[in-house]
Amino acid sequence: MTTTPPPVQVVLPAGRSEGDVAATVRATKRRLTSPWATVAAIVLATVWTIPTFGLLVTSFRPAADINSTGWWTVLTNPNFTLENYRTVLATDSSQSLLPFVINSVVIAVPSVVLPIFLATLAAYSFAWMQFRGRDALFVAVFALQVVPIQVTLIPLLSLYADIGVAGTFWAVWISHTMFGLPLAVFLLHNFMREIPGELVEAARVDGAAHVTVFFRLMLPLLKPALAAFGIYQFLWVWNDLLVALTFAGSSNQVAPMTVALFNLTGTRGSQWFLLSAGAFVSIIVPAIVFLALQRYFVRGLLAGSVKG
Amino acid sequence: MRHMRKSAGVLAAGAVAALALTACSTGDGETPGDSTDATVDAVEVDCADFEQYGDLSGKTVTIYAGIVAPEDTPYMTSFEPFEECTGATVDYQADKQFEQQILVRAQAGNTPDIAIVPQPGLLAQLVATGTVVPAPEGVAANVDEFWGESWKDLGTVDGTFYAAPSGASVKSLVWYSPTQFEENGYEVPETLDDLMALTEQIAADGNNKPWCAGIASGEATGWPLTDWMEDMVLRVGGPDVYDQWVSHEIAFDSEVPTQALDAVGEYLKNPDYVNGGIGDVSTIATTAFQDAGLPILDGQCSLHRMASFYAANFPEGTDVADDGDVFAFYLPSEDSSTKPVLGAGEFVTAFSDRPEVQALLEFWSTDTWANLKAAASSEETGGGWITANSGLDTDNLVNPIDLLSAEILLDPASEFRFDGSDQMPAAVGSGAFWKESTNWITGQSTADTLSKIEAAWP
Amino acid sequence: MNVADKLVAMVLALAAFAVVIGLILFVVSLLERRGARRVAWFFVGPTVLLLIVGLLYPAGRTVVRSLFDAAGSSFIGIANYTAIFSSPDQLVVLRNTVLWVLVTPFVATLVGLLYAIWVNGARGESAAKALIFLPMAISFVGASIIWKFVYEYRFYDPDVRVNPEQIGLLNQVLVWLGMQPQQFLLNQPWNNLFLIVVMIWIQAGFAMTILSAAIKAIPAEITEAARLDGVSASQLFRFVTVPAIRPTLVVVLTTIAIGCLKVFDIVRTMTGGLYGTSVVANEFYTQSFTAGNQGLGAALAVLLFVLVIPIIVYNVRQLRQAEAR
Repeated sequence: MTTTPPPVQVVLPAGRSEGDVAATVRATKRRLTSPWATVAAIVLATVWTIPTFGLLVTSFRPAADINSTGWWTVLTNPNFTLENYRTVLATDSSQSLLPFVINSVVIAVPSVVLPIFLATLAAYSFAWMQFRGRDALFVAVFALQVVPIQVTLIPLLSLYADIGVAGTFWAVWISHTMFGLPLAVFLLHNFMREIPGELVEAARVDGAAHVTVFFRLMLPLLKPALAAFGIYQFLWVWNDLLVALTFAGSSNQVAPMTVALFNLTGTRGSQWFLLSAGAFVSIIVPAIVFLALQRYFVRGLLAGSVKG
Repeated sequence: MRHMRKSAGVLAAGAVAALALTACSTGDGETPGDSTDATVDAVEVDCADFEQYGDLSGKTVTIYAGIVAPEDTPYMTSFEPFEECTGATVDYQADKQFEQQILVRAQAGNTPDIAIVPQPGLLAQLVATGTVVPAPEGVAANVDEFWGESWKDLGTVDGTFYAAPSGASVKSLVWYSPTQFEENGYEVPETLDDLMALTEQIAADGNNKPWCAGIASGEATGWPLTDWMEDMVLRVGGPDVYDQWVSHEIAFDSEVPTQALDAVGEYLKNPDYVNGGIGDVSTIATTAFQDAGLPILDGQCSLHRMASFYAANFPEGTDVADDGDVFAFYLPSEDSSTKPVLGAGEFVTAFSDRPEVQALLEFWSTDTWANLKAAASSEETGGGWITANSGLDTDNLVNPIDLLSAEILLDPASEFRFDGSDQMPAAVGSGAFWKESTNWITGQSTADTLSKIEAAWP
Repeated sequence: MNVADKLVAMVLALAAFAVVIGLILFVVSLLERRGARRVAWFFVGPTVLLLIVGLLYPAGRTVVRSLFDAAGSSFIGIANYTAIFSSPDQLVVLRNTVLWVLVTPFVATLVGLLYAIWVNGARGESAAKALIFLPMAISFVGASIIWKFVYEYRFYDPDVRVNPEQIGLLNQVLVWLGMQPQQFLLNQPWNNLFLIVVMIWIQAGFAMTILSAAIKAIPAEITEAARLDGVSASQLFRFVTVPAIRPTLVVVLTTIAIGCLKVFDIVRTMTGGLYGTSVVANEFYTQSFTAGNQGLGAALAVLLFVLVIPIIVYNVRQLRQAEAR
């Protein structure tokens, strides 16, 4: 499970277009930027930001200071160090979290690429190919989204042990791929249906094979959708604890950052110099991805509404 | 004739110096090839002893365990003579989540050759999967010779002997500061009444609260309290009642367990007695067990009941000795005529009867191996490992706490009992017992606590 | 494995995947050239296969497993399920789950909605949104660490000489206000609310993002007309904004509710489910992996499944109605 809620299908009020939205913005701008609203927004934004800010400041303070005074005292007594990050990212320390960072990367890339590609293939056939039982099968795939991954964990664990991949990256990659597929197929199918049918028909009439249509026509047109789902799946995988804890164990051979941090809070819960720096090392990657590609992500979240 | 590898000497010297083991200087300043030292002499290995195992060249034995770095290196070192003399390869793999993984692997039939199982309860669960093979004759003979009946029983399930014991630890210890005791004229108590009198005296002196405790331990939060209670059941009811309690012949909420938990409560639930240097009673629940004994170092706390392995939690430079910064004493019994000892240990469990696996198992159960391992631990991690193998030469121990623990374990007067929660069914031993103990320290009554654990017994 | 080995393993896995997919597509194009028409299964096959192996089959096995005892050796019917609804400890778990599902969606949605309205059209709107939005990028584990530090407690006793300074902000605020510091994660039953705060903190950004898009889509004429009629801001909110975005509100509420049902990481990281804070998803993990009762664990997982279904059915029905209008 992850922080990121699944993209939802949103029905927006009828009868609007991009132009209307702009008009609404102009209309509301005049009225709603009342001083009280501004003050309330600033207060809320501050409350929302302070916890993260406090831990960020803490991660740059010497270990002894962290445990003796509150982080807010840096205002009167500034004393900063990079030592915590050096410990966490050292290449030769037993406290180093670096192997786990590498594991997070190694886990994330295939866990994003595999489901996207498989789902695009499946979504293509659901959208543009005729075969028996197509609609029923699509509904079934869609419905599988409701299956909580908890019900699958233990049988899968035995399955992985049977085929000898338990505790390896393969177990984690395969699991994330399987768990990501229903949503990916559903979303990409929605996007794919928006592509005008005439385009596909024309290409098919010209004698283009499905494989050609898929690569030449679909993939380029789907780029924004692929980006949207890719970001979503990346955040999901990077931030996941349950799947990693179950399938990767906690050795630094396979386990990702989330598991390392989770174990630290359990056994070294008072060592805030490790926890704070470790937390920020794990936060920084998704935060950058998220802020840089926010536009795609929001579009992904609003997947349904794009269709209208 | 082969000597033990000593390339880890630098590391060992560092670790030993770090502990400032003034009482014992065996590990210090040792140079490769220097064989006058007792630590090494005691474990000279003769390849002739390995001839009985035959030529095992090209064979590999896989070991799977929960013992991770840095404690894993002495294990690997201890197998080196076996590897060199027989030609076999020992492949040691460790995983912190061993206890979950091994069961799943056994259920799926995907087992290692050997697993180091830290609880009899888990051993029983593994045997139930049908994948564990009984111990070979030679191992049984060694266990009869070096350990005795009670340890053999712990490795026996339904009348079949499966697993030989390996390492052991002593849990009936109270950590204290010899320096502080001397300054204040406190004396190491000989009976439980003495311990309470000492507690009252320290509280009355008012320099600090007498006891400190912490039970937070991630998934396993609560286990230090279960150890406390087990120690008290052993003392209030005696070893026989303890056995009945562990095997559920008497109810978890019957009279003796109730008295025992109340006895724990007299120390840990009394706001005048805890939580030295940390806070009030509620902080016991949230303090990591690793941190809980540290206030002894700055005189904020005088007494901390915790197993022998707690030695590793004191910072570098701490003088752990009977005249140093910290040391431990045996948690006394009701009167000095009995000496019940609570402890734990690990069991070498095999899933294969291939000749090379059987050979390693047999070697593992000898006094030779016990001494090799003790010496390797002394050199590479500054100690922290003991065994109840009576063939252990205490000269191979460098750490005063290890010496104390070995003395207690090997004392004929001691009545050793294994950690009860490790033998109870998992639903209790690593479920309700931990959880309800945690609730107990945060305010739940003794009666409620015990009846809830009783209800959880499958 | 060192870093290079791991990266090589990753690249090899990707290459292996590419080869497999390449082969499939190669076969498809061969077949197509020969005029075969039934090539769809090559496209959809891998996905269907993975879903059967990875979701359907394990779910089925878990349902069966939930009818067996802890060791999995004897059939005990629905005893695991009755245990969930009768044992006092499990009832606390259910109570907490209900609390999470009832409190979090409404508070998070309300906060998100208000914030969306407050910053709507303001200068620096997107930056202001990013601040609330950012927690969504942080893992539950990371968020739990951030909040654990906010709640950090140092013992405080007016009678004792040494009173350490508080290092957790919330307890420092209490001290500044002249109150006693609290063990926020320990004091039952309020500790549940302090865990729920973390989820609200994360989900408010999600609610805000979706609702903000919905608000911006309200036709300008409507708000404009209402404004000309002299409607006050709060009336505009109640009678125009909320009705207009009602379907979206339902989607946001139900989505967060489902997230709360499955919440595991926050509880696991902050309290481990101790001190009366366990929820179904956490209890599933505890029973399955530490307490060794896979039967009860399986029953809890199935219960989770069963609880999700009505929420999703409600959601789909609302969507249908909205689309029909």
